Amino acid sequence: MLNKSTHDIAASFSRRGVLAATAGLMLGLASISGAKAADDTIKVGVLHSLSGTMAISETTLKDTILFLIDEQNKKGGVLGKKLEAVVVDPASNWPLFAEKARELITKDKVSVVFGCWTSVSRKSVLPVFKELNNILFYPVQYEGEESERNVFYTGAAPNQQAIPAVDYLMKEEKVKRWVLAGTDYVYPRTTNKILEAYLKSKGVAQEDIMINYTPFGHSDWQTIVADIKKFGSAGKKTAVVSTINGDANVPFYKELGNQGIKAKDIPVVAFSVGEEELAGIDTKPLLGHLAAWNYFESIKTPANEKFIKDWQTYTKNPKRTTNDPMEAHVIGFNMWVKAVEKVKSTDPDKVIDALPGIEAPNLTGGVSKMLPNHHITKPVFIGEIKGNGQFDVVWKTPGLVAGDAWSKELDGSKDLIGDWVGKKCGNFNVKTNKCLGSGS
Amino acid sequence: MPAKLSARLCSLLLSLFLIAFALPAFAGPFEDAVAKFANDDYSDTEEAIGVVASSGNPLAYPIISALQDGRLMADPDSKKVYVTGADGKSIDAATGQPVASVPDSASAVRLNNRLRRSVDAAVGGLTLMSPDVTARIQAAQSVFKSHEESALEAVNTALAKETNKSAKAALGDARAAILLFKSDATEVEKLEAVATIKARGDQEALAMLTGIGADQPASVTKAATSAIASIQSSLAIWSTVQNAWYGLSLGSVLLLAAIGLAITFGVMGVINMAHGEMVMIGAYTTFVVQEVIRTRYPALFDYSLLIAVPLAFLVAGAIGVVIERSIIRFLYGRPLETLLATWGLSLVLQQVVRTMFGPTNREVGNPSWMSGAFEVGQITITYNRLWILVFTLAVFGILLAMLRYTALGLEMRAVTQNRRMAASMGIATSRVDALTFGLGSGIAGIAGVALSQIDNVSPNLGQSYIIDSFMVVVFGGVGNLWGTLVGAFTLGIANKFLEPVAGAVLGKIAILVLIILFIQKRPRGLFALKGRAVEA
Repeated sequence: MLNKSTHDIAASFSRRGVLAATAGLMLGLASISGAKAADDTIKVGVLHSLSGTMAISETTLKDTILFLIDEQNKKGGVLGKKLEAVVVDPASNWPLFAEKARELITKDKVSVVFGCWTSVSRKSVLPVFKELNNILFYPVQYEGEESERNVFYTGAAPNQQAIPAVDYLMKEEKVKRWVLAGTDYVYPRTTNKILEAYLKSKGVAQEDIMINYTPFGHSDWQTIVADIKKFGSAGKKTAVVSTINGDANVPFYKELGNQGIKAKDIPVVAFSVGEEELAGIDTKPLLGHLAAWNYFESIKTPANEKFIKDWQTYTKNPKRTTNDPMEAHVIGFNMWVKAVEKVKSTDPDKVIDALPGIEAPNLTGGVSKMLPNHHITKPVFIGEIKGNGQFDVVWKTPGLVAGDAWSKELDGSKDLIGDWVGKKCGNFNVKTNKCLGSGS
Repeated sequence: MPAKLSARLCSLLLSLFLIAFALPAFAGPFEDAVAKFANDDYSDTEEAIGVVASSGNPLAYPIISALQDGRLMADPDSKKVYVTGADGKSIDAATGQPVASVPDSASAVRLNNRLRRSVDAAVGGLTLMSPDVTARIQAAQSVFKSHEESALEAVNTALAKETNKSAKAALGDARAAILLFKSDATEVEKLEAVATIKARGDQEALAMLTGIGADQPASVTKAATSAIASIQSSLAIWSTVQNAWYGLSLGSVLLLAAIGLAITFGVMGVINMAHGEMVMIGAYTTFVVQEVIRTRYPALFDYSLLIAVPLAFLVAGAIGVVIERSIIRFLYGRPLETLLATWGLSLVLQQVVRTMFGPTNREVGNPSWMSGAFEVGQITITYNRLWILVFTLAVFGILLAMLRYTALGLEMRAVTQNRRMAASMGIATSRVDALTFGLGSGIAGIAGVALSQIDNVSPNLGQSYIIDSFMVVVFGGVGNLWGTLVGAFTLGIANKFLEPVAGAVLGKIAILVLIILFIQKRPRGLFALKGRAVEA
């Protein structure tokens, strides 16, 4: 894997003769000191973990950006200059994310950074991007409650994933009882808080909601699965809303399958399980369990089919899957390119001001738009797990859903909006007509 | 909805066409319903299932069961629907005539969970009279779950003919469930139904009784309430048994992960932070074995784990010997350096595996004998957990016997108890060191084979077990295998009894706090090694 991607990078750069850069990449994908890499390139920072626990998810995103840069350079680059990737490895270590971000901006002088997966890594790099005034594209679904001038959120906010999924279960599956199961950190906790408030506003009683948290990498699910079974035997249709993250999903689904919990009895709808996670499991016992995303590999559109084909050719792996955060990077990257071409400059201030309003086609047939709150419009799909590890879309929203930076379900944030165009403020209170500023 | 309308029109035209050409089957409601499968619309499919299932047509069962298995193909262009058999032969679903081939434009009719439930109920209704006993029992169970009134007659007929005892009981349950929810059933029938369902006594019975609603006669509500209470109290007892079983199962996983460490750390005193990576290497060996079997000898798949066990032992053991010879032997008696060196080594091994196999999880399949579960009373025991418990105890037994009865075991004990005296007696201590470390690593590799069945096979696999392993060995008493056994099961059971009360996160914290307090009181663990062992 490592060899393959370095090889590809080498292939794409050798034409430019940027030998120093390639050599630097070969020597372990560490940061490249771009002294020799002449001024006729635009540098793009890639801040994804290539080792440690998050490598499983983030390595693919690094490859995605390298692929997009390669494609863009084939089309002649941006503003007549070639793009050049600067890849660093923050090693799933949150403070290291901040260090590497600083290195990318000050030493490598990148124009934009694509990176981060977990919310804690995003929070850790935030001060760096604010201080050094650069741009971060963040491609993963997250808990919301944030809108920063320097960050563009191309993943789903809770109202673009969690709330539509719950609506689907309520309407289609007539679910009356809810298990909110998650890994114990900020994304599941905030999402579950929003969902709990939403469910209660829909008349679900407290005793019909069970909330359960587990540590990262939890592997012994016997008790929790048995509890879910018990909770589901109260005579009302029950569903599990899972914000379980990362590695813990595989043993969770294995235990569900082994204890014979079928989707038709207790469906599980997951927000963090995509094609990549399913690659490690035999999905036949999971038939019918659900996932909510803004993109599925199985969606048949000409744009998606072309993307998958090009991606598999680029990675030289005909089985390589695609997933939702990858699509978010595709949209984000194209938006950035359009914004740069619009203002004919890579200066972060100009690009930040140009980005809201920019439109880029997504891979599912629609056109996503960057909003003033730095979130984008996306369609929401509910997919069922099929026997081959892919998803079959069973429901989708009629149009694109605009991302809310601040949840309308929570008391603390329902009056807030992010607006970097008119109000120049990430947390503007529409009731008091005041910007809370960075102090809150 | 224009799409629906045009679909209806289409099917109408199609049926007109069929009549005009006087084909054997004339277009009745059955044929109309079958054509609806081609609309790729969930509510049309649901309608079609209802009509087909109640049509009494001999094709109903083949169609519905094909739908259940994803063998019902529909061509959206011609609105034709085909049933493909397992043998590759296909028939036209509307007429039953064999067809030469299904057109390429046809795809399997899609289902969602709601439809899957209706399909199950329909199959249940259609297979109540099946000659196969298990099919009959399954049918009765799905009727029990769906408790559709329309199935009552079929259940009554089946019940009158049924001779098999367990099928009869299942049918009785199904009948009771239907009566309980039937609005015009008599009070006596309903009371009987409550009694039948109470006798079942499981969670499904509980779900059914809780869900009967308020519009029942007072006596029925009362009977149901008391039945719920009695089921709940018996389930509470079962849940204690269940916790104990889960505890044993968790304990066996802890023991399996720790047993290799009990040799390298417990017996040799090497703080081996790379222990988890040996487990991981064992798991990846299993993956490689399964890959080879999948591509070359698919028939052997059920034996893949048996083949992987000795291989994992050899691979991890050999790597262990190399590590001991190249790194650890220079660091005996320097615990801090050993700790740092082996920790570094663990990072290196992780990255090597990540480079070779990629950062994503690898799929290790469960052989058929390790999939699924069986019920004992009201608890579910999964086969994979059961086999891991058996396997762990077997490994423990073999290891104990080896240390006790073989020459190598005797030498190992001698060297670890008093190195200089052992050397004076002519034992090649450095050879024994290498072999002991190899043995510990090899056993960790075996653990990896078993853990690949319940956990992710990823480069991080080992990290999640290293802390737990040290905890078990230190708690049980360093240098004592029996201590490791008792320690592992104590921690497993304590964890599983705390988890329902405190939650998974707090439960784990509580266990750590308890261990810290315990170590304060007894620094050498549960079973401290007594006697004249010479400290290094």
